[in-house]
Amino acid sequence: MIAAELIRRLGTFAPAQPWRRRVFALDAWPTIVEALAATPAIELLAMWADTAQVHVLLHDPGLPEIMPLSVPVQEGRYPSLAGARPLAAWFERMIRDLWGHVAEEGPALLPWLDHGHFPSSHNLAPRPTPAAGAPEPYEFHVPDAEGITQFPFGPVRGLVETAGQLRLTCQGDRVIQAEALLGYTHKGILNLVRGKSPRAAARFAARLAGEATVAHSIAFARAAEAAIGTEAPPRAAALRAVMAEIERIAIHCADLRAICAAAGAPVPEARFAWHREAICQATLAAFGHRLMMDQVIPGGVAADIAPEGLAAVLGAVGALRAELPELAGMCAGRLAARLAGIGVVPAGLAAFVALGGPAGRASGRGFDARRVPGYPPYAGVAVPTAPDGDAAARLRLRLTEIEIACAALPAMLAGLPDGPASVGQPLGSGEGFGVAEGARGDCWCWLRLDNGLISAAFLADPGWRAWATIEAILPGAALSDVALIIRSIGTGNSGVDL
Amino acid sequence: MNILHRLARNLMAEPIEPPIPPPEETIRALASRLDDAAQRRLGRSLALRHVDAGSCGGCELELVALRGIAYDLERYGLRFVASPRHADVLLVTGPLSRNLHEALVRTWQAMADPKWVVAVGDCATDGGVFKGSYAIGPSPVLLDLTIRGCPPSPAQVLDGLLALVEAQARTRW
Repeated sequence: MIAAELIRRLGTFAPAQPWRRRVFALDAWPTIVEALAATPAIELLAMWADTAQVHVLLHDPGLPEIMPLSVPVQEGRYPSLAGARPLAAWFERMIRDLWGHVAEEGPALLPWLDHGHFPSSHNLAPRPTPAAGAPEPYEFHVPDAEGITQFPFGPVRGLVETAGQLRLTCQGDRVIQAEALLGYTHKGILNLVRGKSPRAAARFAARLAGEATVAHSIAFARAAEAAIGTEAPPRAAALRAVMAEIERIAIHCADLRAICAAAGAPVPEARFAWHREAICQATLAAFGHRLMMDQVIPGGVAADIAPEGLAAVLGAVGALRAELPELAGMCAGRLAARLAGIGVVPAGLAAFVALGGPAGRASGRGFDARRVPGYPPYAGVAVPTAPDGDAAARLRLRLTEIEIACAALPAMLAGLPDGPASVGQPLGSGEGFGVAEGARGDCWCWLRLDNGLISAAFLADPGWRAWATIEAILPGAALSDVALIIRSIGTGNSGVDL
Repeated sequence: MNILHRLARNLMAEPIEPPIPPPEETIRALASRLDDAAQRRLGRSLALRHVDAGSCGGCELELVALRGIAYDLERYGLRFVASPRHADVLLVTGPLSRNLHEALVRTWQAMADPKWVVAVGDCATDGGVFKGSYAIGPSPVLLDLTIRGCPPSPAQVLDGLLALVEAQARTRW
């Protein structure tokens, strides 16, 4: 691992918990980029900035540690990482739009979040600049080929879908190029959390992505706790895990419903919708909110589980578990045949893009944040993987994960440790990282606290890597399979759009 | 058990699942209210076009639930349509992010009269927690009805939509 060795030798440490950042001099950075290009196994998980530095979150699958790297920004510029990790190009476009830092010697910095409609640009820079005026229309790439047709999908699409645009170039009914334009649902969350206490800002982390509200809230809370060196009490950690597993089951049911709908399988579609609804009703009884928004807060959880909710959760989970064999039977046979060989994510691609969640695990990438880097109360979590990488494998893997979560929940609820469900958080300064495994992948958070107030933050949704995967696998697919492939990977837009 | 067995069993037997309590009550009350009003005005039909105007995805999860067998939206004549040209109601979710204003306005303009805008959720109502962000702006379309909640439950959305049907029936007839 030459790159890992270089990173260890060249950087100086900046304090951050639980993983110290390694800060590199500008002239050492090209060596790092070169070494990363030569070591494709090292995964790029996220990339973001603050007013003075650009940060990169790396993971070496051979090592348990997470490696945050930083490079200073000089006169608004820093060297691009896109040559070594193509996904970095999207992050670099986002960094240009929010902070104004320009990645040098990388691909063209097309707009990403800033479509030219905001009153000011570079809204996270110390001095945002007035907007440049009327936006230029975004230029989608037109491949040089015979007989092509371009289809614009979105931003308003489907029957009930989140907003994003996918431009598909087709030859006949075969997709030959896919280009995503996201940023439509940009809400300025990184700006809104600045100057607030972690307790007040947790509401924004809970609303970064509705399908991972618990996971992002846990990552955020853990980052806030790590920054000042505290830890949630054991009962809070256990309750967070209960919520996270319930969310995993509910979102897997929602995703399976969507896949069955796109594949034309109305019976399992109806059953998964029914079970998601039953879980949401039980969750309402147990935690007071159907999606458990705002239930995880820095220092613990907002409220303990309601005694009558306990039975409701056990009932809903038990009913789902009892029907799982029948559901698996419905998903085998013709539905499995429809999904077989569709939307194949080769293992090499999943590893290179660091595709998270069940989609990554169905392509043999065994990453699960509950295991590595791990966080309480999880110990010895079963992480099933599959080698096939097609839509059928992803469907089966979601069913397996539902089974595992359903089997684990009764014991988790029975073994809730005694003690407080939350503790007060002292005012403090520092930097912290947090992570949580959501239903669709690993959610990361980085926070810098200054006397108890957030001075800089970033929330990394697994959707970044999922969208990159979708762009990469769509070429070659039939136009009629596109919706099915996207749903089978499973990603929202809001988490990426910040 | 295959589908034919399941069908036969369900036709012959009592429903195997107990009804999910809270929405059933709301729904029954609302169903009786809908009968007078909607039949006169809209012949029991209201076509909905959803537009995500910056939502986190939470409202979408609940809107999708409305279409499932637990709520079965279509039994009230309410249904989601793909084309705004077929729609009577624009369902807006999200805090009206500026990047989606144009898409929202163009969807609204493509709809034929009579048409209504329903804001689903706190965000669409007044920006919700995102109020004051540089990335969101005042609504470019007039809201006829707001349904609070973050996100509103499927039962609350259903309640609001049926209220719209009734209100329109009273004012226009």
